[in-house]
Amino acid sequence: MLYIKCPHCGMRSQNEFSYGGDASVKRPELNQEISDQDWDNFVYNRKSLRGKHLELWQHISGCRQWIKVERDTGTHEIFNTYKADEASS
Amino acid sequence: MQNYSIFNLIKNAFTNHQNWDLAWKDPTPKKEYDVVIIGGGGHGLATAYYLAKEHNITNVAIIEKGWIGGGNVGRNTTIIRSNYMHDENALFSEFGMNLWRKMSQDLNYNVMFSPRGIINLAHSDAQMNAYARRGNSMRLNGIDAVLLNREQVKEIIPMADFSENVRFPIFGGLMQPSAGTARHDAVAWGYARQADSMGVDIIQNCEVTGFDLSAGKIKGIRTSRGDIKVKKVGLCVAGSTNILAEKLNMTLPIETHLLQACVSEPVKPVLDRVVTFGAGHFYISQSDKGEMVMGGDLDGYNSYAQRGNLPTLQHVLTEGIAMMPFLSKLKMLRTWGGIMDMSMDGSPIIDKTHIDGLYLNCGWCYGGFKATPASGWTFAHTIAQDRVHELNAGFSLNRFSTGHLIDEKGLGTKTWIS
Repeated sequence: MLYIKCPHCGMRSQNEFSYGGDASVKRPELNQEISDQDWDNFVYNRKSLRGKHLELWQHISGCRQWIKVERDTGTHEIFNTYKADEASS
Repeated sequence: MQNYSIFNLIKNAFTNHQNWDLAWKDPTPKKEYDVVIIGGGGHGLATAYYLAKEHNITNVAIIEKGWIGGGNVGRNTTIIRSNYMHDENALFSEFGMNLWRKMSQDLNYNVMFSPRGIINLAHSDAQMNAYARRGNSMRLNGIDAVLLNREQVKEIIPMADFSENVRFPIFGGLMQPSAGTARHDAVAWGYARQADSMGVDIIQNCEVTGFDLSAGKIKGIRTSRGDIKVKKVGLCVAGSTNILAEKLNMTLPIETHLLQACVSEPVKPVLDRVVTFGAGHFYISQSDKGEMVMGGDLDGYNSYAQRGNLPTLQHVLTEGIAMMPFLSKLKMLRTWGGIMDMSMDGSPIIDKTHIDGLYLNCGWCYGGFKATPASGWTFAHTIAQDRVHELNAGFSLNRFSTGHLIDEKGLGTKTWIS
């Protein structure tokens, strides 16, 4: 069981959360020419490495806010959580 | 190589079975190979076997970080099927079914292939319609499919919940009678033994730490047991594909996820088919030892842990009990996890890459085990001929940027869509 500290609600079990994937992925800026490769990278390609991973979760059975979680994909240890618009160190 | 036969069994009985040959050797890596397959799982071993057998390329090494067969080929629920709707998956899997049918004879190793049939249960009229469509597509591709109504399903699996007042009543199901199960470890060992006998070096406890590239061409690999010069490299490392891709500066349409499975205590024969729940993600069969072998959803977040969490297991088994209430009486014997290459459309990738001499085999999602022979066969072809076979032409790496996705279920890594 993972325990995730929602920055809005406090420590809750993983059952209350839904996963949203890699939080470091950036949508291409629309005010410029965007190549197929850029879209490919945004929509499909992921690093998905072992180790520290910054990812999105939604507190779907709680405050319903999207949050960022810094978690180790090898050990499942959670280091830090952030609000969605908060800068992660 | 000693043949495994009744005569050799009797002969060796006289010496208390002390003099059997080793099934495969433990060689020191050579300085140079024609082909190196990274990953000594089912797909890697099968690829090496078909390279030697079909293409006469025997200066081949399999480089395995741990021990052969210790990854997903030793962690799956052994289901073999070809009940796909899309041509790419259906033709590929059915080609594999033909290899499964003769595998024990081909490898001289009893892989205990048991074509007991798989039933996908339907729980609504809409699902029956969808299954009828899929069944028809399968039959057009020469795959056996039978649409069963509620009464027919009840005859085959009377232990399922056929009461009226359940949340997901059984309307019927789609059956592929020729689907089944096999002894997963035997598949790895059988391929390993034959590949070894044809001259393939199986090198275990050897980690690949880097690649030597020059002018967009592969020149060699660096390993924990020394550098190896090589003309062609095949990546067969489901679960760890992204780690090796990073060393090659490649970012792939793959996420590494965790999938759990479990077995109950052994009980007397009760279920002689593979059955899947249609209102969720749960599948079950009974092993020859009597254990109920069960699996279902991903844990749902990127993971390399090879061990899962209980909420997912509870969720999966809740579906199982909804389908077959007697399961609630059984004790859990063992649970385990494996790490999956989840591709973004749920279908695999077997292709060349932008690096000359580097070939990619990944993205097997939930269905890697059944694909073992067909994957090895087509990957060996792709490596040996330096071009894809028509069977794996659809499993291209660039289909994501060109829009030619194979969205069999349209799921991929995003399990919450279902």
